[in-house]
Amino acid sequence: MTTVTSQEKGAFIRDEKGLILPTVENFYRFCAEGKLMAVKCNHCGAVICPPRSICPKCFGNDSEWVELKGRGKLLTYTIIHFPPSQFQALAPYAVGILRLNEGTQLPGMIKNVKLGDLRIGMDLLVDFEATLPKEWPKWPRYFFKPAS
Amino acid sequence: MGSPIASIVSVGISKFGVREGLYTRELFAEAAREAFDRCPNLNPKRDVQGLFVGMMSESYEHQAHVAPLFLDWIGLLPIPAFRTEGACASSSVALRVALFSIASGMYDVVLVGGVEKMTHLSTTGVTEILAMASDFPFEQWHGISFPGIFGMMAVDHMHRYGTTEEQLAKVAVKNHEHGVLNPKAHFQKRIRVEDVLSSTPVAWPLKLYDCCPRSDGAACLVITSPKVARKFTDTPVDIVGSGQAQDTLGLFERDNFSGMKVTRLAAQQAYKMANVKPEDIDVAEVHDCFTIAEIMAYEDLGFCGPGEGGKLIDEGVTQLGGKIPVNTSGGLKAKGHPVGATGAAQACEIYLQLTNQADRRQVSGAEVGLTENVGGSASTGVVHIYRRGD
Ligand SMILES: [Zn+2]
Repeated sequence: MTTVTSQEKGAFIRDEKGLILPTVENFYRFCAEGKLMAVKCNHCGAVICPPRSICPKCFGNDSEWVELKGRGKLLTYTIIHFPPSQFQALAPYAVGILRLNEGTQLPGMIKNVKLGDLRIGMDLLVDFEATLPKEWPKWPRYFFKPAS
Repeated sequence: MGSPIASIVSVGISKFGVREGLYTRELFAEAAREAFDRCPNLNPKRDVQGLFVGMMSESYEHQAHVAPLFLDWIGLLPIPAFRTEGACASSSVALRVALFSIASGMYDVVLVGGVEKMTHLSTTGVTEILAMASDFPFEQWHGISFPGIFGMMAVDHMHRYGTTEEQLAKVAVKNHEHGVLNPKAHFQKRIRVEDVLSSTPVAWPLKLYDCCPRSDGAACLVITSPKVARKFTDTPVDIVGSGQAQDTLGLFERDNFSGMKVTRLAAQQAYKMANVKPEDIDVAEVHDCFTIAEIMAYEDLGFCGPGEGGKLIDEGVTQLGGKIPVNTSGGLKAKGHPVGATGAAQACEIYLQLTNQADRRQVSGAEVGLTENVGGSASTGVVHIYRRGD
């Protein structure tokens, strides 16, 4: 993996006690280390991604980071033929919503798959791009690929 | 039926379409002018107390702070002007805020409007600005376009309920049929199911003709407290129900992609306030940004059961002459979707229908109407119910 420049490895946005804040920026800084992370609410046990400070299920504001295995099932998908400009070279490409086994959901690009083989319910894995985007906010991209 | 919250005493709509060389200020003035001209008893400079205007994005024209600008261009400085933003539902939100101002007793006569200028930009440019209404870190950042969001809803609906691409296409065909009858519509052109099915894929299963166009346009309504409405017109249209709900910005955070919770919740509020049922609705304007959205709207508004939207379009229930004509204006699909103008334009169409001014697309005897407008991936949903005031 390319070295992180502006976002130094291991450098997270922390609170005054030194705890890694449940933020989108920190989610992507974990991605830079090859880790798919969510937060788990210490009140109701919900696994929440994208991470945030107030639990959308119970209003609790006490949570801890947990690493997800990055395995799940495809809930729905589409094939993008008219992409935003920075994705034009990739079109047509598949995107979908993944239901992770831990119970939270993420959208993303589906790679390493023939478009005709996409099926709702198929098993997918989360992986990370080898190169970092140059444009703001330079977040390392995750993507989905078939489990087999 | 519920008591009126406010009354519509006049409306104006600009021509929708490619309005070369005209920008939001001029388009908004065109709509306002028509609303003033339609209501000779209104003296705008003396009577109007506030302006509530919806616009989605300053990025199209590089122009923010539009509330004073539009007010200036319609000659009504210095009364208070408010701009609301709720993506594609921006001007339905403006209408609701205007209702609050009237229900509070603070104002008796206000303008509500909406506008957007889009066609001077390329499809790619517009795609990028529209995508801003979806979640940046998780949807935009991963290449998910706005049609892509609705494409994922369509795939889910097809998988869950057996809805077909032909049924989606029939929504576009119907709305183009209606657009032919509306001289203000962007398109006055019939299309066939085969045209839709063979059009270029955008976000499968959605093809070019499943998607509304980029359009320029504006719409404006004069809204009053019910007690003063008859000073301005003998044929007011009363707003008798209003509802709004919000959902996650990202589609991916929801439990269900085959429907729009915001529409269901907003409709429940509006039906309850108006004390009417779905079967009481004579004419409706719904948010057909993509054909699948109209199918889902039928279900979420209770025009049919969950998963039965495809059957409803097959049976012709929602075309002119059917039991509940939907999108007699041509809808977003054929009338056009200048994003910020859409909610106000839907209300204008219902006003025209309920005052028997809809000309060749008139639904005869229409007394109760409904509008449904959603923003983004249905993160904002607004429903209003209207009744002929006489
Ligand atoms: Zn919780």
